[in-house]
Amino acid sequence: MVKAVLHKANTRGHADHGWLSSYHTFSFANYYNPERMHFGALRVLNDDTVAAGKGFGKHPHDNMEIISIPLKGDLEHSDSMGNKTIIRKGDIQAMSAGTGVAHSEYNANKDKEVKFLQIWIYPDSKNIKPQYSQVSLQTADRKNKLQQIVSPRSNGNEGVTVQQEAWFSLGDLDKGQQITYDIKRKGNGVYIFVLSGEVTAADQKLATRDGFGIWETNKVSITADSDSEILVMDVPMEV
Amino acid sequence: MIMQTEILIIGRNEEILQTVVRLVNNNPEWIGTGAATDEEAIEKFHHHHFDVVLLTNGISGEEEKKLRKIFTHQDADIIIIQHYGGGSGLLQSEIREALDKRKAANKPTVSFTDDALKNAGPNINK
Repeated sequence: MVKAVLHKANTRGHADHGWLSSYHTFSFANYYNPERMHFGALRVLNDDTVAAGKGFGKHPHDNMEIISIPLKGDLEHSDSMGNKTIIRKGDIQAMSAGTGVAHSEYNANKDKEVKFLQIWIYPDSKNIKPQYSQVSLQTADRKNKLQQIVSPRSNGNEGVTVQQEAWFSLGDLDKGQQITYDIKRKGNGVYIFVLSGEVTAADQKLATRDGFGIWETNKVSITADSDSEILVMDVPMEV
Repeated sequence: MIMQTEILIIGRNEEILQTVVRLVNNNPEWIGTGAATDEEAIEKFHHHHFDVVLLTNGISGEEEKKLRKIFTHQDADIIIIQHYGGGSGLLQSEIREALDKRKAANKPTVSFTDDALKNAGPNINK
């Protein structure tokens, strides 16, 4: 039987640190809700806004796949693997923290805020050598269709690669556009996060920043009720 | 007086271990102690009571199995959890979730309601 979970935007946790405003779909830092721990391997979905020139200072991570998706503005990344780069809208960044990596993420702009999604998924193997990948994608390639932005290392030919059987896609849909998403792997579920606009997914109406997870099915139909941008995350339900 | 939870944190990466210990100790209800090797962890566990063992990075499946066996042999009630992420993001919820689960598991399955006054009404003179 198909199962589903709805997380309305206004039910997310929120932290306001002045320089950082972060909405947490799942329990994170001081936001703890035992009903909101994860969706399968998807553990963190943070919707962050960082003030001009501010950011996350150097801090460590291990055993986690960390994906950053800039939505507005530029993010300056630096890590202990020697990577120093700026990621912009259209770019996707992934870090496999493995045995341990330290990184910093700053708003590269001194005059405007940066908005980005920070997503963590549990890896399927622990203590691997840390890895970094980044791609620049043409946003036109997601017009009225889904553009794959994350894929597992075993199929790492589209988007950035992660150490998990997970696939992410972005779509920029015109009002009325209908698509069907085929779940990539048996045992996976799909979590749809609406970046803007309104969509109906599997008969569930969703508005901006709503999240909707569905599993024990092999496909999901999505219709744009207005011009919309969506993120589709296809992740294993068993961790 | 705050009842403090004693947490033994084991991890191979010194920087991450120290970060996790510091973050744990930021919570006034928790006391974190770090151990970088299995020997150090076993020694500390043997000489001190811990409520939770937090396994962080660099511990292989075999090592984890061995540690779990030793710790549970000494204390059947010990909570052993895997910490992911190596930072502040998940730490609070991982520990709180484990403590909540134990609390729920320790709740008595039978509850009594004191109904002594239920039928007392008719005897009260207005």
